[in-house]
Amino acid sequence: MYYDQKNECLDKVAKKKLQSERLIDVVNRVYEAVPPYRAKMDKANIKPSDIKSIDDIVKLPFTTKQDLRDNYPFGMLATNKEDIVRLHASSGTTGKLTVVGYTKSDIDIWSACCARGLVAAGANTSSTLHVAYGYGLFTGGLGLHYGGELLGLTVVPVSAGNTPRQLTLLVDFAADGICCTPSYAVYLADELIKAGYTAKDLNLKWGIFGAEPWSEEMRKEIEEKLGIKAYDIYGLSEISGPGVASECEYQIGSHIWDDHFYPEVIDVDTLKPLPYGERGELVFTTLTKEGMPLIRYRTRDITALDDSPCPCGRTGLRLKRIKGRSDDMLIIRGVNVFPSQVESALIASDERISSHYHITVDRVNNLDVMEIAIELKADAKFDEIKEIEELVSKVKSDISSAIGVSASVKLVSYGSVKRSEGKAQRVTDKRSL
Amino acid sequence: MLVNQIAVFLENRSGRIAEFSKVLANANINIRAMSIADTEEYGILRAITDDNVAAIKTLKENGFNASSTDLIGFNVDDKPGEMFKVLDILEKAKINIGYLYSFAGTKKSNAIILIKVDDNESTAAILEKNGINLMGSDLPI
Repeated sequence: MYYDQKNECLDKVAKKKLQSERLIDVVNRVYEAVPPYRAKMDKANIKPSDIKSIDDIVKLPFTTKQDLRDNYPFGMLATNKEDIVRLHASSGTTGKLTVVGYTKSDIDIWSACCARGLVAAGANTSSTLHVAYGYGLFTGGLGLHYGGELLGLTVVPVSAGNTPRQLTLLVDFAADGICCTPSYAVYLADELIKAGYTAKDLNLKWGIFGAEPWSEEMRKEIEEKLGIKAYDIYGLSEISGPGVASECEYQIGSHIWDDHFYPEVIDVDTLKPLPYGERGELVFTTLTKEGMPLIRYRTRDITALDDSPCPCGRTGLRLKRIKGRSDDMLIIRGVNVFPSQVESALIASDERISSHYHITVDRVNNLDVMEIAIELKADAKFDEIKEIEELVSKVKSDISSAIGVSASVKLVSYGSVKRSEGKAQRVTDKRSL
Repeated sequence: MLVNQIAVFLENRSGRIAEFSKVLANANINIRAMSIADTEEYGILRAITDDNVAAIKTLKENGFNASSTDLIGFNVDDKPGEMFKVLDILEKAKINIGYLYSFAGTKKSNAIILIKVDDNESTAAILEKNGINLMGSDLPI
């Protein structure tokens, strides 16, 4: 099942032609209307006329989050302010917001892309979608909401938080689909059991999870606990929001809707594009956006592209799982460590280990130390101290072989790692560098 | 013939045992025997209560990792050499004891010893054959 079969399954030649036309158009638009882009291109000695096909994209300068901050709030808009129908914003670590302006057409395309992902996950017009992403300046809630409505689903805009009410609505409204962050899905599943329900009390069949990196092991956990199929969705507000890429029934990477969002993966050091399959930083060019088109925007997400054919027939390049972000990457004693690697290693390590963990990094005597507090599953049993010690040493060795650096491991009782109702806060870095 | 106990995983931090006893107190569950094994970072609290099933349920609901185990319990006279007599039987039968705890009985003249072994059935048979008075599931305390 497709939402837009023609555009989701474009053959190579047709797609390249479409991408080329759209790239030429967007480069002309930003050069004319966005002074920071004109300045960047002039500085790089590139004119719009130098861009003749999608292959020429490599000639164009990159855009970074800093460019958006420097031109806060409206300096990157390519249309008149009156054509903007909505503003979203995301908070940055430095305090200044990153603002994104959408025209009516931008909202329509974004909604259609979300609708593609919903259909790929199993939604149909009789579906009810429980949207537990936050609504507001964050794009998660409204993105899936509009996609669901465009598709004709019954949308429940419950937003994030108030878990007891979420459970009641899931049972009473019998939603077959849910979307939220993957860490909240696990939390919700655990709370469901605590509240005396089982997965059988729900009508859920599928879920779309994103806005933070997660692992295959976590997918299994969500699928088992909620009795659903769990699909990855990728997006970022700068590019539009959720629904830049979505998984299909084969769950082998998220199809990028690359008729609208053109992906590249670059080497973080040389900034040169990498061949398909190689891991690097994901870069997007918005081919059709009007309000705030971005050229070669550096997402900071670390992943690889997969161009192998997918049995579903969609031709969008697939994103491999996000390994983490180049800017939340931890450097421990010189080794790059992504929390998602730690997560995969610990869940795979032992069945008594849950997916809830917290990493604390500190510097003691000029040496980086990493401590991982790992929560036990509710049914984990221990009768003798040696069983605890054996588990700690097993998890420790599994983690150190997975991430290449040793960490101290502390097991904690079920329920004692702080839960988040939005993006999980999994790292505390106490080092002052 | 076996004595059921609960075993609770604890992080070794202040207040954790108090939380444990509060949870049981709130559920009106009485602790009848208790022992703690600990290391610098962790502990296992073992206890026998008047309702182990309810104790495990309420502990789990309150964020404790709790489970139950069956132990062999026996009565000995409360006088020197009685414990050795039993341990000597086990030693000669090459039965390894995982852990052991004991407490004085109610009658002043007896004591109760609980042991964890790998094979309850064969251990019980050996002890019984040697005339040791094994306890039933209900503690006489």
